[in-house]
Amino acid sequence: MALLEVDGLVARYGRITALDGISLTVDEGEIVTLIGANGAGKTTTLRAISGLVRPAAGAIRFAGRDTSKLAPNDVVRAGISHAPEGRHVFPRMTVRENLELGAYTRSVTSEIAEDLERVLGIFPRLKERYTQKAGTMSGGEQQMLAIARALMSRPRVLLLDEPSLGLSPKLVQTIFEVIRDINRRGTTILLIEQNARQALAVASRGYVLEVGRIAHAGAAAELAASEAVRAAYLGGAA
Amino acid sequence: MDVFLQQLINGLSLGGIYALIALGYTMVYGIIELINFAHGDVYTLGTFFSLAILTLLGVTGVVTGPALILVVAVTIIGAMILCGLTGVIIERLAYRRLRNAPKLAPLITAIGMSFILENLMLYWRGPSPVSFPAVIPNPDVVLGSVTIQTKQIMVIVLAIVLMLVLQVFVYNTKLGKAMRATAQDKDAAQLMGININTTIALTFLIGSALAGAAGFVSGVYYGSTWFLNGFAAGLKAFTAAVLGGIGNLAGAMLGGFLIGLTEAMTTQFISDQWSNVVVFTVLVLVLIFRPSGLLGESLPNKV
Repeated sequence: MALLEVDGLVARYGRITALDGISLTVDEGEIVTLIGANGAGKTTTLRAISGLVRPAAGAIRFAGRDTSKLAPNDVVRAGISHAPEGRHVFPRMTVRENLELGAYTRSVTSEIAEDLERVLGIFPRLKERYTQKAGTMSGGEQQMLAIARALMSRPRVLLLDEPSLGLSPKLVQTIFEVIRDINRRGTTILLIEQNARQALAVASRGYVLEVGRIAHAGAAAELAASEAVRAAYLGGAA
Repeated sequence: MDVFLQQLINGLSLGGIYALIALGYTMVYGIIELINFAHGDVYTLGTFFSLAILTLLGVTGVVTGPALILVVAVTIIGAMILCGLTGVIIERLAYRRLRNAPKLAPLITAIGMSFILENLMLYWRGPSPVSFPAVIPNPDVVLGSVTIQTKQIMVIVLAIVLMLVLQVFVYNTKLGKAMRATAQDKDAAQLMGININTTIALTFLIGSALAGAAGFVSGVYYGSTWFLNGFAAGLKAFTAAVLGGIGNLAGAMLGGFLIGLTEAMTTQFISDQWSNVVVFTVLVLVLIFRPSGLLGESLPNKV
């Protein structure tokens, strides 16, 4: 059984239908990517999974439990963590406070301290910036903080929305290495990327969204090789 | 010089009351960007709640001995709880469902809430000023030619203690951190596992409770209250919050004390008719040179 299962998800903003019956599954230990043009509904899908958008229809099941009616704070407690598009770090708080808030749902201080060590090990840059206000950091540093903060809840599934957006090519490489690393340590990942080529390279499977529907689905390598996907999202021949 | 020192004490007492009210304006603005026009009336309600509790305790004048501490503690805590609950109810009934509405809708609602509270108080205690028992005995502390009334000491000490407690709560506790997170980014706060409805209700509870404490203190200080008490005081406390930098706790305290001092000094050295003119002139001047207020943060919200 899939760890995370989205079935016939419909979401609307007023009269606009953003998602028109999306179904996807993510198995334990996988990296699955969701690619597609701007406005296809990628972000809405993640926001629905994490409870920020209330679905109009359809089911979201996590570890066998229906989470589609849970408030976002309860979804986090269930084990899904979301690093949103645009980072959304708390700008007037320090790196340390941001990370502590990431562990808001937890209470065992020794475990939190352990995870703090772990994420600072993954992102040594954050250690250097530990007492700095998050709003004064560069975009790349904020992105690292957003991912590190999402890991602080010790999630079973991590939702990543455009983690490489606006970063330098070198930082993009670092972020993708980190994504692989986090996954290797046992966290399941659902990844949205405009950088489809890179996303398909780290993922085991992928879904292509087109205006609120799944247009293609399959193994990442197959999608990367598919003519239709290459033409639309990978900028033609590789 | 002595006159100056005397007015310094008077200004600080007055400022303590403004500061306590200003905190509620600034906390609510900080978390949901709403100017809660009903807040001044919650403060007035605090004076009436205090009066009701004192009546219940059978207090009609000065209280002496150990009973004094008990009476003051029971009245303040009672007024804080009642006002806090009023604030929570107002948020739940009037503001919550408008949270994602255009900004003007909750603003108008807040003005409506203010009228409702004022009329409820008019109905409850009538249109005339109601006298408030002195409670605090008055062996004035005389330092040279400066006289400090015991009630002034109480106002200043209470205001400072409550502010320190608030500061510790907001910056050093998990709930305080949740409040700051909610103020800075509601979506992200929810994704951290914070229940923002509870957190916003908590903000109203604390802000309104502080207004309740201010209500007791001002009743004792002025010796009377009436249903429109909160209009002028609320306006000045709001000015204090803006002066200090709206959304900023330390700013609200600083602004409150500055406005109290400005008012006391103007009354002494110019004329009490001019005190409002000077207070608002100070506000305008500060905003010209520091639009975000004295302690307002210039760090952009959106990066």
